[in-house]
Amino acid sequence: MPPLPCYLLLAAMLFAIGLAAALTRRNAIIVLIGIELMLNAANLNFIAFWRYGPNPETLRGVLFVIFAIGVAAAEAAVGLALIIALHKHFKTTHVDQVDSMRG
Amino acid sequence: MLAIAQPPPEGGLESGCLWLIPVLPLAAAGIGALLGRRQRRIAAGLAIGSMLLALILSCRAFVEVLHRVGQGGVARQSFNFHWLQFGDTWLTLGVVLDPLTAVMLVMVSFVGLLIFIYSVGYMAHDENFARFFCFLSLFASAMLGVVIANSLLLLFICWELVGLTSYLLIGFWYHKPSAAAAAKKAFITTRIGDLAFLLGMVWLYSRAGTLLFYDAGRGCLEWTGLPASTGIALLIFCGAVGKSGQLPLHAWLPDAMEGPTPVSALIHAATMVAAGVFLVARVYPLMGTTSLTVVTWVGALTALFAATVAVAQTDIKRILAYSTVSQLGFMMLGLGVGGVAVGMFHLLTHAFFKALLFLGAGSVIHGCHEEQDIRRMGGLRRWMPVTFATYVAGMLALSGFPLIASGFWSKDEILHAAHAWTVSSWPFYLGLMAAFLTAFYMTRQVVYVFFGKSRLARDPAIKAGQGGALPARPMVERAASEPHESPRVMLVPLMILAVFAVLLGFAGTPAWPWLRAFLEGRPASFAFGPLLEPEALWLMGLSSLVALGGIGLGYWFYGRRPPVRTDEVDALARVQPEVFTLLEKQYFVDEIYQWSVVSFHAWWARLCVQLDEWVWDFVVHLLAYAAVGLSWLNRFLDEYVVNGVFDQGCRGLTRGGAGLSHLQNGRVQRYLRVIALAAAALIWFLLWGWGAA
Repeated sequence: MPPLPCYLLLAAMLFAIGLAAALTRRNAIIVLIGIELMLNAANLNFIAFWRYGPNPETLRGVLFVIFAIGVAAAEAAVGLALIIALHKHFKTTHVDQVDSMRG
Repeated sequence: MLAIAQPPPEGGLESGCLWLIPVLPLAAAGIGALLGRRQRRIAAGLAIGSMLLALILSCRAFVEVLHRVGQGGVARQSFNFHWLQFGDTWLTLGVVLDPLTAVMLVMVSFVGLLIFIYSVGYMAHDENFARFFCFLSLFASAMLGVVIANSLLLLFICWELVGLTSYLLIGFWYHKPSAAAAAKKAFITTRIGDLAFLLGMVWLYSRAGTLLFYDAGRGCLEWTGLPASTGIALLIFCGAVGKSGQLPLHAWLPDAMEGPTPVSALIHAATMVAAGVFLVARVYPLMGTTSLTVVTWVGALTALFAATVAVAQTDIKRILAYSTVSQLGFMMLGLGVGGVAVGMFHLLTHAFFKALLFLGAGSVIHGCHEEQDIRRMGGLRRWMPVTFATYVAGMLALSGFPLIASGFWSKDEILHAAHAWTVSSWPFYLGLMAAFLTAFYMTRQVVYVFFGKSRLARDPAIKAGQGGALPARPMVERAASEPHESPRVMLVPLMILAVFAVLLGFAGTPAWPWLRAFLEGRPASFAFGPLLEPEALWLMGLSSLVALGGIGLGYWFYGRRPPVRTDEVDALARVQPEVFTLLEKQYFVDEIYQWSVVSFHAWWARLCVQLDEWVWDFVVHLLAYAAVGLSWLNRFLDEYVVNGVFDQGCRGLTRGGAGLSHLQNGRVQRYLRVIALAAAALIWFLLWGWGAA
């Protein structure tokens, strides 16, 4: 079994990729995917710390992750609905063109 | 009037009805005010009907008092009720029914009713017929209120209403400038007296604590030994002087003849001017010896003064007006020397015969097409027999023709009392002279108006020169129509009044002093004894002689050869031109007032204007400029100091807001970037910053 830092490194890379997608891509769907990636990086960390933790037999980390995935699914549904509403209203899904909250 | 509308508490038989007597004409006036000009019949019917009801109620009240006096019971009933509350004291008003009220009620409503009926004929051609009857009813209501009031305050309220209606009625033909001026003169002159009356009332309230006349032993007239009563009584007497046209406030009454003749008869002969005499009679218990001496002197001087002026007047109504002033002086004299009964007896007889004379004069004026100058009448006996006969009855009553005329008995009683007066015998002689002159000027007037040949509109030159007060009418119309007798609606009141002018005197002869007994609340008894006393006989003989002498002298001057031409010099003026001019100009009283009071007021007003313009205006302008200067400074401060600082602050805020608003650019990803950087910085700080520290 590879040591813990390998998993953490992978999770950090996933998070960085997700963050980069959320920050740089103009398409709202890609931004949403980036957010999912960051969520999953966090889930990966949960699993890794649970597996290498003091008592891996209690399934505590798995429960966290299952909840997080459930919340993420709901969040994805809301997010996609938002994107559809956004598209209906602005005729675009590019987040840099949606700036009606500008001061 | 709200006060009277509340029914007074339970009392005798009349308690429910007495307050209705003034309220009925008031209601008629109220409804009449809402009527249109064309509803003449309703207006007259309402006024006359309400007056008739008031007369019936008055007669009921009179009969009840008579009954009570006959039984020897308490002759006075009063009904008081609360009106206004000040703090914890109540102002109480009330009505009273005593012999004085009862006889006045019957007199006012009876004479009033006759004059109302007469007015239907007299005012038939006037377009403001309905308004006239509204005013007449209001007047009657106020006058009846004065009569029944049991509180000096209620009396004062009605008194002022009487003054108001007098103003309205004198100025009824307000398009005539002389009528408007006369109305103002009457109102202002009587106000002078009323101010004193008001002061007296306030003083009385502060001393006695009540204004009720009779209040079961607590009223102000039942108070014995009231402090300062002389001053109070004299102040109240001032009100009576104004209202009753006594010296020196008589000047308004002759001018008041500008009103329609029924008004002159009702207000300025029979009732309103008698209100002053009635007031003195009402507050008689307040009057001490000093006050009564003043009343006597004022009355005696007025009687003689006005009688002399009446001798030289040429306006038929003006002669009667001065005669009224003179007779009111007689009443005051009677009150002063002889007490309530003497003055009131003359008031009652005078009300009837003077109303008769005024209505007769109105009939003459009506028949001669609004001619008022006796020099342009003459010979009317042939055209107006009924008016002539009734007028002569009134003239004999006023002159005091012995034995048959009412004026003889009432005047005789006054002279009798004046003769018995211990303070001075002068009022007696003044009264005798006035009585002599009364007979003289009445004879002169009757000769001028009814005897000789008609001088009607022979001479348009005088008419044009002198008829300023009279409405100008085309000469053609005047010449074309003969004088005519008045309609029956005017003649019937004349005849009724003529009967009373003769008969009423027998209510107070020395043999049967019914009125005196009635006013004093005891049954009268019939006895020839007092009539045949040597002193009474001597005085009656003297006053007969005076009256017959006056009539005879008048006939000797004017009747032997009645004036033929309108511009003929008066017979008296031929004998004594200077005296005649003095009398004709009414002793120049109006001119003296013009020179003294009026010009003083004008001077004072001018002084006030000057003060206003130069002193007060200067101060006001100074203050105004100071205010302008201060506000200019204020504006400067505002613009350059306050505004500058404030604007600077605002600009700073705007700029800051604009700068900060760049941060809010609406781009989600930029926010995220900031959050990511911040999170990275936080993590870096947590991991290494902390550890390094």
